[in-house]
Amino acid sequence: MSNFVDLFWSSTIDGLTIGSIYALVALGYTLVYGVLRLINFAHSEIFMIGTFASVGTISLFGLSGPASGLTLVLVLFCTAAAGMAASGASAVVLERVAYRRLRTRGSSRLAALISAIGASLFLQEVFALRWSNGELHASGRDYVNSERVLEKTELFSIGDGIVRNDKLLVFVAAILMMIVLDRFVNRTRLGRGIRATAQDSESAVLMGVNINRVVVLTFLIGGAMAGLAGALYVVYFDQTRYIIGFVLGIKAFTAAVLGGIGNLRGALLGGLTIGLVENYGASIWGAEWKDVITFSILVLVLLFRPNGILGEALGRSKA
Amino acid sequence: MRNVRRRASVLAAVAALALGVTACGSDDDGDSGASPAESSSSGGGSSATVKVGFMGALTGPDAQLGINEYNGAKLAFDQYNATNPATKVDFIQYDTTGAPDQATALAPKVAQDGVVAVVGPAFSGESKTAVPVLEEAKIANISASATNAALSTNGWKFWHRVLANDDVQGPGAGEFIVKSLPATSVAVIDDQSEYGKGLADVVNKTVGEQGGTVATRDSIDPEADDYSSTVNQIKSANPQAIFYGGYYSSAAKFVKQLRDGGVTATFVSGDGTLDQKFIDGAGDAAEGSILSCTCVLATASEDAAVQKFIDDYTAEYGTAPATYSAEAFDAATAIIKALEGGATTGEAINEALSNIDFQGVSKPIKFNDVGELETGTTYIHQVKDGKIISLGEYSSAKVQ
Repeated sequence: MSNFVDLFWSSTIDGLTIGSIYALVALGYTLVYGVLRLINFAHSEIFMIGTFASVGTISLFGLSGPASGLTLVLVLFCTAAAGMAASGASAVVLERVAYRRLRTRGSSRLAALISAIGASLFLQEVFALRWSNGELHASGRDYVNSERVLEKTELFSIGDGIVRNDKLLVFVAAILMMIVLDRFVNRTRLGRGIRATAQDSESAVLMGVNINRVVVLTFLIGGAMAGLAGALYVVYFDQTRYIIGFVLGIKAFTAAVLGGIGNLRGALLGGLTIGLVENYGASIWGAEWKDVITFSILVLVLLFRPNGILGEALGRSKA
Repeated sequence: MRNVRRRASVLAAVAALALGVTACGSDDDGDSGASPAESSSSGGGSSATVKVGFMGALTGPDAQLGINEYNGAKLAFDQYNATNPATKVDFIQYDTTGAPDQATALAPKVAQDGVVAVVGPAFSGESKTAVPVLEEAKIANISASATNAALSTNGWKFWHRVLANDDVQGPGAGEFIVKSLPATSVAVIDDQSEYGKGLADVVNKTVGEQGGTVATRDSIDPEADDYSSTVNQIKSANPQAIFYGGYYSSAAKFVKQLRDGGVTATFVSGDGTLDQKFIDGAGDAAEGSILSCTCVLATASEDAAVQKFIDDYTAEYGTAPATYSAEAFDAATAIIKALEGGATTGEAINEALSNIDFQGVSKPIKFNDVGELETGTTYIHQVKDGKIISLGEYSSAKVQ
């Protein structure tokens, strides 16, 4: 317990950092669930595609060391843009290929779930392929390292915790993006379409909402958020791997459920909560208990609040 | 019409039966033809072939270690086959990806394929689960890298390894940390694997026995990416050295996050981290790390046999031999010596291995009755200017 007190601030800072990445990915699960009542299990691979796009973009700059000043801003901006574009586009393609036909033919939700798992495995294996000596090998299971974009420096400290520039960047970028998204969904015409569909898709159609366009938009936004998470992830950890989305995807999905799936603000709350809980838990019982603690909390919350902490659905929040 | 059809079906049945019989017949022929092991052991003079398998990670996050081994062993078998011996070796890859569940699933296939000897399984975790299957199938196996101490206490009769275990490596590394670094306060971290935890536990014990203190003891998940909670713990415990029991892919992530987190203590790890890939992954953060191993990195030598091995290996693969290459070469040589002695079945090879005694390119190879080497010690390596250099045996090694 003394460890918890000693490490309180450093755990808080690290928890908020990783938690904001969870939250960004959780948005994709929550948005798609809100609109289609479908768990898009391939979303973790959309995140993985974002990390690969970011690593590729960074390598295009051919940095010899960490960038600074205007170059840094440019590299960060391009990396984020590339990650968001790649992930957003693949999410839209995924919807088109794996879900659209099932949806228009009115198949059961289980079919879409199986399709999602299949798409997830397919994408993982595709990114484990490498081209060498004129043929394809399934040998890319190693980490792909990226050059370091940002010189990691200490900015200031709170108690025992040190706030580093990269951690602050991840946190601020994630929060800003979520505010923008929240505004978009609650204030714009397109956002109203999304909310209307989430609330009652049949009535929404009668009112002139183009369902297909709303669904594509939902996947695009969710994918772009995962892409941003991927870019931040690469800036934070300097590496990726074909299976990188797997554990992170489960955590993000848990965050979405914890906050109340279908609820945007719930995703943020859930993500940050999971980030904090796993770091606090690790400081008390050791890092090997991280996941046990996280999922115990999930079970406990769901026992008392089956709909998650915030609980309300996307459609019902401020119609 | 009906009659015709019935007759046709009877005919078809007869034809099928006949086909079945001939198929069985040819099967029998095939079987007797495909057991050169027995025919040659019973004195057949013509050249025969036996199957020797390699079990280890050839893909996966820690595959470089397995690839080093496969290349080392393959070199030995290729050179042996080139001498046109009475019994040739067909060397087959079984890629376990380093995962115990994969290895267990592959082991029955190894037995089914009629493999008589195995170089591997490479890692300790997969050895623990796969060796019992090899044992049952009576396949002689020699690991070039599994160092978990408990492996030799399972009563396995067909299992061997060509390097000393973690009961040798752990005390060596622990003593080096406390006496030679010197660091009296040590953080001991592992990756919860059979190998990593076992080695870390021994180091943990040795540090105490040598008069040092263990500042903090924690485990990380090698598959996870965020080690910040462990980094924070180490930072607050402020040790002089960190020992990590685990493989290079997680070690690289871990040491990078340690340095980013402002921890400057010397990073020490074992043979699972002793690979250039560790430095590739960690970059500058790896600089100055100390890596122990009961293996010997083959480097330019006055010993003609060792130098020949290095030259041949470099000529064949375009890179110098790396961690465990020499060990795998020795493991393969041991199997070759058994074959040269006329042994061609798993049992006969195993019998021959117990009497083997030769100077390998890594160290003298002579097995005791549980399959361990008679002699073995710990060697220390250091990461310097982005390369791994050998500092020699642990009791005399000095940090550069």
